[in-house]
Formats: sequence, structure tokens, C-alpha cells
Amino acid sequence: MFKILNKKELNDAVVRMDIEAPYIAKKAKAGQFIIYRIDEYSERVPLTIADYDREAGTITIIFQTIGGSTQHLARLNAGDSILDVVGPLGVATEYGDVKRVAVVGGGVGCAIAYPQAKTLYNMGVEVDVIAGFRSKDIVILEEEMKAVSNGFYLCTDDGSAGFHGFVTDKLKELIDSGRGYDEVIAIGPVPMMKFVCKTTEPYGIKTIVSLNPIMVDGTGMCGGCRVTVDGKIRYACVEGPDFDGHKVDFDELMRRNATYKNQEKTHVCRLTGGVR
Amino acid sequence: MVKPNMQPTKTPVAKQEPLVRARNFKEVCLGYTEEEAINEASRCLNCKNPLCRTGCPVSVRIPEFIEKVREGRFLEAYDIIKSTNNLPAISGRVCPQERQCESKCVRGKNGEPVAIGRLERFVADYAMKHADEMEKPAVPAPNGKKVAVIGAGPAGLSCAGDLAKLGYKVTVFEAFHTAGGVLSYGIPEFRLPKAIVQKEIEGLKDLGVEIMTNMVIGKVLSIDEIMDDGYEAVFVGSGAGLPRFMGIEGEALVGVYSANEYLTRINLMKAFLDGYDTPIMKSKAVAVVGGGNVAMDAARSAMRLGAEKVYIVYRRSINELPARKEEVNHAQEEGIEFRLLNNPTKILGDENGNVTGIQCIKMELGEPDQSGRRSPVPVEGSEYVIDVDTVIIAIGTSPNPLIRSTTPGLEANKRGCLVVNEETNQTTQQGVYAGGDAVTGAATVILAMGAGKKAAASIDEYLKNK
Repeated sequence: MFKILNKKELNDAVVRMDIEAPYIAKKAKAGQFIIYRIDEYSERVPLTIADYDREAGTITIIFQTIGGSTQHLARLNAGDSILDVVGPLGVATEYGDVKRVAVVGGGVGCAIAYPQAKTLYNMGVEVDVIAGFRSKDIVILEEEMKAVSNGFYLCTDDGSAGFHGFVTDKLKELIDSGRGYDEVIAIGPVPMMKFVCKTTEPYGIKTIVSLNPIMVDGTGMCGGCRVTVDGKIRYACVEGPDFDGHKVDFDELMRRNATYKNQEKTHVCRLTGGVR
Repeated sequence: MVKPNMQPTKTPVAKQEPLVRARNFKEVCLGYTEEEAINEASRCLNCKNPLCRTGCPVSVRIPEFIEKVREGRFLEAYDIIKSTNNLPAISGRVCPQERQCESKCVRGKNGEPVAIGRLERFVADYAMKHADEMEKPAVPAPNGKKVAVIGAGPAGLSCAGDLAKLGYKVTVFEAFHTAGGVLSYGIPEFRLPKAIVQKEIEGLKDLGVEIMTNMVIGKVLSIDEIMDDGYEAVFVGSGAGLPRFMGIEGEALVGVYSANEYLTRINLMKAFLDGYDTPIMKSKAVAVVGGGNVAMDAARSAMRLGAEKVYIVYRRSINELPARKEEVNHAQEEGIEFRLLNNPTKILGDENGNVTGIQCIKMELGEPDQSGRRSPVPVEGSEYVIDVDTVIIAIGTSPNPLIRSTTPGLEANKRGCLVVNEETNQTTQQGVYAGGDAVTGAATVILAMGAGKKAAASIDEYLKNK
């Protein structure tokens, strides 16, 4: 059993939890993920590790309540336990020889973009963070991201805070102003990552994305997480989740991620209906 | 000497009716009654030189246990089996006996061989039901040495059991949340009930074996760290790895599964039961590509989940099907349609990326290839389409990369299989042994059990002389 030590609601739909997992905390690195299974009836769900504390033996996860399994997790409180947590899975992000990097986060993806920015910033890299949200009410981690960036650019779709527009507009503006990024790291909804890659491609700026395909085991056994990168099958669980964004087939990923959309709807109804 | 029963065929065993069982996940074969088992056991000639035993990867003392069955001394028969086989309720159900023990039985020369597999299963099930009449095996006196086993599948469990019997303190590290490996995630309930698997594993725990789940070795701990933690030897039984795909167009469409994923959703995650959250597609027509046990399991599972049509698409003929004969027969009885000498060339999809069909080309058998099997050659212009909404690829796996890529000094061959000394199952690193699919690539449960057993003997030899 893995005990939840702290829980905080970052906005209406995003929750942060610190979980006691000493073995994982000892080894976790930015870019890696865990798989959790709440109880005997739950599915296995992958979540990127947002932070870790090796001394305290804890890992931090930040997740958005989208489907049944994340709603179920969000209903747990500090003191409750999760039946299974396994990790750290996946390959840690490999940073090239970079001097200036733009880290682009979209929505809850900022939870994962933040540790990337933090790692780079602490390495002495000049970091710009571009964080996009639908509107002001759902902004998360603003202070944290500011603290680990040289330039912080908040964007909202509705203009209720910061720059009025998409992260891609802001990114293009910064590139055109001569920021001279060696690399862009984009983490967020698949369409956002797709369009960040479209934005950087003409400039030839290497762009790393963190993919979130459907997974079951997460250890290189089931093949459910396969993605097409550079025309070849790659397994996000053991070869990713980071890939060269200019080579990823995002449309295929979006289709495959929607495989159980209809079943998910009935699943949520069942959960909120309190049946089980 | 009692006169043997010269009945030429095996004593029939009760099974669920094909059309009933094709729609439920309960066990197909119901097993012998005591009378049936005694009748079948009396067919054994108790040969002086029992060839059946040479056909068994774990050297079960077959004629000896069968004699006890004939005498109605079932628990004694169980002790004889258990002396060399740690998981008899499992092997009795899933071994390809027709290629092993039963293929060597002299009764098979003139009729059917003795039903050794059914008898083994009967004895193991009898012992489970009468567990309270048996003395619990005493926990062996500890010899003060610790051994780590990576992977709680058939290879690892068999190795752990043998080492525990010798007094070693054994810790098994399992990546999943449940022990059993392929016995839990791969082989379906209707062929190997999970309660049976868990009971066999409980038996190992009674011997003092400790199982730690949720531990992905190579990620959370390295083999070197395990050694530093006081384990004097390590056995790697990490099993099958990444599924293979065919490399044809359309394999990324929605509705294409690897057999590993499809079966894991059903068997490990219980997607077939109400109340469990893991989803699985509700398919109407399914094509399973491949001819092994895994392909049969996937096809029969699809039927049980409610598919109207299920096809097995295999590029060779019925004689080359690698699956257990019994599973092929069961699949046919259950209404699965075999499209033999057919090779998929393309998976077709609609504008939303959902599978709509699989295009196949007909094949004919040509000259024998390296494996001695006649290799299939495409018949030009014979392409046609089978309408399906789901395609399951069951053409094998390559070994899991996690351990070899995180353990310097552990050599693998070009297929990614760990290199071991065939006599001892030692890897290229001292104190590290390996066996099962991690070494051989996809093979059978019993071969993995045999490898685990052999490695346990080698580890004992190594640590005694260390």
C-alpha cells in the first residue's frame, strides 16, 4: 500500500498529491512516470512524476480529473492509501548541450513542464517558460514556474490573464524576436504539442515532446503504448515518453487515445452513480 | 503385476459443451473423477525404462505417480509429482503433453497414449481439495544465504521453489501488481483458473519464498544494487517482452491489438468482469493473426467477449500450427474459423482510423525451410478482404529490454535474448543466472519451469562452492 501524505487542490479539476513511495523516490528523474492502481477493481493509469523528495521518500503527482480513474483518485484524501504504485518507468529526459531553452506547458501539462524547467534552470540553462491555460481561474503553479525561469509568459485563450492567445503565438513571437532557442520542450494536450512542433519546424529548432498514449503494463510487455515516430513503431513506456516532436505522428496518437472514449463515458456515470 | 487396462483410447474427460463454454470464461475441462482417474491410470504399462519421463522438462516421475493413482493413493501420487514439479496444477493444464511425455508413451504406438496431463491435473486438484489431510511441508532450515529472483512467472517461481526447499532465503521481485507472470496476464481463466495459480503461489510462500510486487528491476533497483544488498546470486526470469508486429500497413489503426495487450486487459485486469474499470473493445468480428497458443487464447477470449465471428489467420497449414492440439480442437469446436494458408498483407480502416477489414493473400506450401517446416509461398493475385472490426496480432514477442539495458556485463544475442551457458543457465555475469522466455524467446510454461529448475541447481552448486 502507498500512503497519500498530502493533498492539495490546485484548481477545480487539478489535484496535487504527495505519496509515500521510498523505492521510487530514490530513483525518480524528470520525465519519468509511475503507474497507479487504486484498488482491486481499478485500471492501471500512468502519470508523470511531477516532483520527488529522496530523503522523505515521497513522490509528487499532479493530475487533472478527466475520466473515471482520475476522479476516483481525486476523491481520496491524505491518510488514504493506493493499492499499487510502480515506477519510475520510462527513460528520463536527456538534455543536450543547450544554453537557451523554451519550456512550453499547456494546462495540467504545466505540472510536468515545471520540473523540466526546474532541472534546466538549476543546470544553469537560460529558461523561458510559456504556460497556456483556457482562462485565469485554472492557472496552476504560476509562482513556482516564475521562480525557475528567466522569462515567464502566461497565456490564456480568453485573455483573462497574461497574453491573450495560444502558446504557439507567444512562442513564435519570442523566436522571431531573436531569443535563439537551442531546444523547445513541449508538454500538454496532444493538439498543443502538435502545433508547437508545427511552429518550431520551419525554424529547425529541436523540439522534445512528452507523449501520453494508452498504457497497460508500462514495462514493455503489452505494446498498447506504441506510437509512430519517424515512420517506425516506438514504445512510449520503455523508449519514451519523450520523443523528437518533429517525427511524431500526432494525429494517429489522438485517434488511438480516443479508443475507449465511449466506454469512458458510461464508466464515469457508473462511478458518480455510486455503484460498486 | 496387475494386468493393465488395454482400452485403446484415453478415458474421456468431462468438458463444458462447446457452444455454452464459448460464451463464458469458466474452465473448459472439468477434470477426471476419482473413478475415471483410476481407470486411466490402469492403462499405464509401468515400463521398466519409462520413456515418458525423458520427455518431461522437469522429469516428473510419471510411472511412479500413475501407479499410486491406480492404487487410489492420490496424496502419495501428489508427493511424487511435487518432488520434481513445483506447479503441477498448472503444468497439468497447460503443458503440450502431446509433444512431451505423451509423445513417448508406448501406448501411443497402438492407440492413444496414457493421458498423463489429465492425471497430473487430477492429482494436483485432488491435493488442493484435500490440503487439510496433508501435512504442511516444513519450512526448510535456513542455510543463511539470500537469492533474488526477478520475475514471478513460471521460470522464476520454479527456481524460487527449488531454492527455498534447499534452505535459501528467496525474494522474488515482480513488476506487476500480481505474481504469476504469463500464468496471470497471458493464459485465460477458461484454460487456467487464476485461483489455481494463486494457490500454487501460496504453496511457495509456505516454503518461505517472499514475493515483492510492483518492483520493476532495471528501473527501481539494478541487479548490481540487489547484489550489494546481500543477495549472493540472482536468477533473471523476466519473460516475454515487446510484442512483434508484422510491419504491414494499418497496424496503428484503432482496433489493432497485440495479443499481449488484449489478453492482459482480460486476464490480469479482468476487463471481462462487471465492476472492473479496465476497458476492452466490444468487437463484432475479430481476426487473430498467428497459430500459437497465444493466438488460440486471444481468439477464444474474443468469442467469449461476445464477438459474432472470430477468425484465426495463419500463413502455414494445420500441421504446422504451433498451438497445443487440444486448444486447436477446442477452438474449432467453439466456432472459431481457421483461415489457414493465409497471410495478412494490409489492415484496412475507415476515415476515422477504425479497423474495417484485413486483407489477406492465400499461400501454398513450398520447400522445407531451416526449421524443417514447409515454408509458405504467396499465390499471386489471390488477395481478398475479411470484414472485421478488430485485429489481434499474435506472432510472438522479443525479450524485455529493461534488464539487459541496465545491467552492464549481461550479454544478449542479436534477438535480444540473454546469453547463458546451456549446461548451467549462468549468464555472462558471475552469480547471475537466467531462464525462460528472457533466454529462449517465446516458448512454453514448462520449458520455463525446467530452466528455472536447472538454474536453481546451478545456483546451489555455485553458492556451495563459493
